[in-house]
Amino acid sequence: MVVDEAGGAAVDRIFHALADATRRDIVTRVLRHGQSVSTLARHYPMSFAAVQKHVAVLERAALVTKERRGREQVVHGNPAALRRAARLLDAYERIWRDRVHAIDQILAEDPER
Amino acid sequence: MPVVSTHRDDQALTLTVVSEFPASVDRVWRIWQDPRQVERWWGPPTWPATVDRYEFEAGGQVRYHMTGPDGEKARGWWTITAIDPPHRLEFDDGFAGEDGEPLPTDVPTHAVVTLEATDTGTRMTLVSHFASTDHLDQILAMGAAEGLREALGQVDLLLADAST
Repeated sequence: MVVDEAGGAAVDRIFHALADATRRDIVTRVLRHGQSVSTLARHYPMSFAAVQKHVAVLERAALVTKERRGREQVVHGNPAALRRAARLLDAYERIWRDRVHAIDQILAEDPER
Repeated sequence: MPVVSTHRDDQALTLTVVSEFPASVDRVWRIWQDPRQVERWWGPPTWPATVDRYEFEAGGQVRYHMTGPDGEKARGWWTITAIDPPHRLEFDDGFAGEDGEPLPTDVPTHAVVTLEATDTGTRMTLVSHFASTDHLDQILAMGAAEGLREALGQVDLLLADAST
């Protein structure tokens, strides 16, 4: 998945993905070395399925990638996506600045509607 | 530019954007009330929004999608949680799945919009409240913004390690 900074939805995905302590911890672990979902699951007091769900959220935000290796699924970090996430709050603010600018233009074009 | 100020509160996890428009409160309210007008400003220019459902009332549901340059679609939703025309609108704003319905794992942003008359028009204050998914963990009082920063700080360290 391409993380498009212009897309508010992509920004939302990253933001929501990182708003959870477990998911942030998973990202930190897999940035150094790829780890299988079952290895990751040992670190958290929750089910394998719950960890798998967290990984899926991170995957949708392009913060991690998954690779099938035999029976295992190995999770890798995606530092490029995460670096882009560094500008997340900036991006959120920019989205609203752009919206406000567009509203201003609509009001100028259609003062009465 | 109509934006007069912005403020981030990393503790309360809010972003406030204050803007002023040379138009009446009623006119600015219609920017929100009319889905055809919402479509003209909600999405970025490269991702225009199409509103699929728009119930502009307390408890009302909104569904929309944005279409990217390559035809890909990003879907979203609002639930209007409070409305007091033409001065106040509150809604939850979240990301939706392929079926257009809210993702179960998704945490919405809560937005509060207030419109006030000024000498020259209308002041619009938008406050976005970012929630944390981890309602069990009070440590997350520091919240998404701090957590994000923390995660990114770790990333920077890891990347620095990797390059030495």
